[in-house]
Amino acid sequence: MTTFPADFADLEPFADWAVPTERARYEKRLSCTMDELQAFYDAVFPRLEAGTEYLKNVQLDGISEEDTRLVWLFSSLVTVSFPVEVWAQPRVPDSGASEFNAVMEPAI
Amino acid sequence: MAHFQKPAEGSWTEHFGLDTEPVNYEDSTSPAHYELERDAIFGRTWLNVGRVEQLPRKGSYFTRELDAARTSVVVVRGTDDEVRAFHNMCRHRGNKLVWNDFPREETAGICRQFTCKYHGWRYDLEGQLTFVQQEGEFFDLDKSEFGLASVQCEVWEGFIFVNLDPSNTTPVRDYLGEIGKSIEGYPFHLMTQVHRYRAEVGSNWKLFIDAFAEFYHAPVLHAKQAVDEESRKLQGFGYEALAYDVDGPHSMVSSWGGMSPPKDESMVKPIERVLRSGLFGVWDAPDIGLDELPPGVNPARHKSWGTDSFVFFPNFMVLIWKPNWYLTYHYWPTSYNTHIFEGTLYFVPPKTAYERLQQELAVVTFKEYALQDGNTLEATQSMLESGAVNRFPLNDQEVLLRQLHTTAGRYVREYEEQQSTTPVRISAAS
Ligand code: FES
Ligand SMILES: [Fe+2]
Repeated sequence: MTTFPADFADLEPFADWAVPTERARYEKRLSCTMDELQAFYDAVFPRLEAGTEYLKNVQLDGISEEDTRLVWLFSSLVTVSFPVEVWAQPRVPDSGASEFNAVMEPAI
Repeated sequence: MAHFQKPAEGSWTEHFGLDTEPVNYEDSTSPAHYELERDAIFGRTWLNVGRVEQLPRKGSYFTRELDAARTSVVVVRGTDDEVRAFHNMCRHRGNKLVWNDFPREETAGICRQFTCKYHGWRYDLEGQLTFVQQEGEFFDLDKSEFGLASVQCEVWEGFIFVNLDPSNTTPVRDYLGEIGKSIEGYPFHLMTQVHRYRAEVGSNWKLFIDAFAEFYHAPVLHAKQAVDEESRKLQGFGYEALAYDVDGPHSMVSSWGGMSPPKDESMVKPIERVLRSGLFGVWDAPDIGLDELPPGVNPARHKSWGTDSFVFFPNFMVLIWKPNWYLTYHYWPTSYNTHIFEGTLYFVPPKTAYERLQQELAVVTFKEYALQDGNTLEATQSMLESGAVNRFPLNDQEVLLRQLHTTAGRYVREYEEQQSTTPVRISAAS
């Protein structure tokens, strides 16, 4: 069994980014170097457009495990887009030790 | 140069009858003043504690820690479908009634009755005492006299409010005034896809409201969140609201948008272009069955409207966004220089995985902004506490801050006057 739907088998090397919650995705982002974040972004962002076309036809009701993991992966891309596109560092600048935690989020 | 029309008085601040002098921030640095606020404000105003969707069935309940008001409440849907609130306290010897593992943490669930962990007294969903362990050992115990201590509780547009002042006679709808009435009918009940964030913030509660009640900071503090050229342009313009309103203790600011979708897609970040979403929400707004928005939403009926922020005194904000979603902020004080902030986003439930991903981008963008907003607060609090400077000029785009601090100060003053004219209550502490 593969992690993602067949059309997105090329993303298999990034399977560890298929993380189920925003809180955990954000923690993974903070644990990475900018090089790691950039490498992930450079590989996955070019696949986002095909991903959105594909996911437009995926109903959340009864979603398969492969499709679920694909949503998680692209959700990680959302989380990683900020350091790469905006901050040039993993953490929001000047955010020091401050935390802003998801305490409720709808499961995918 | 003004881009948007101001009132005839020349400024919003004067229009609302507020003074224009520099503001003193001692109301945010004094432990003694905070103690007064607890009783004068949090002990007697209507506080929003949640939404009816959190109580989907008979027996659904949640607890709320109201540290500022010196209590915890349990809010429950009864067998008659009424929503009620009680002090979260057993009538036997005062144990906290509803909690799990950690007595100071909030909890929620569904039950048929409440059972005290200490000696097993039981209460039904309407608060009546129904069972006493070894009842015969007590002395003429009349169970009907030992129901849970109830708290005034009313629902407005699906928002559940409590008021801890038993002598309060103002219904919540009247309390929320004209500003509240002007947004009635907005379909909050359709937006049941909920994301909530929580932060412990090292500042007075009013300072975070300050940060969210003005957008004067936005082109500067959030400069990097737009692409470079756009950001320079925004800083050049500065910020002007479309409209402000003040009614009693409450207020609102109406802001332009233009980002959902943007006029020019090169203005926004690459991921926003692909996912068609961002700070202002998902560009493709879901149908919410409204021909026209309630009169208080986009009150100026401006074409470039983006979002309205309603500040309901003391600690509850509602933000309604053009692409049919909303956001709430709650600020729960825990001391004069700390509070718990909650930001909750509400969307129409997504049908496809793509729509879920679009909402994810709106949610995460909110978080990135809020982390920036929150960061300045501890820095501000610590310097305010130094007392080195205590006169701060507020501009006309900061009118809601002036309104908030003036209102909070008035509540405290009126409370003090009342206390000095009524006989002092004997308290256990003195
Ligand atoms: S304190 Fe609740 S039963 Fe004794
Ligand atoms: Fe901000």
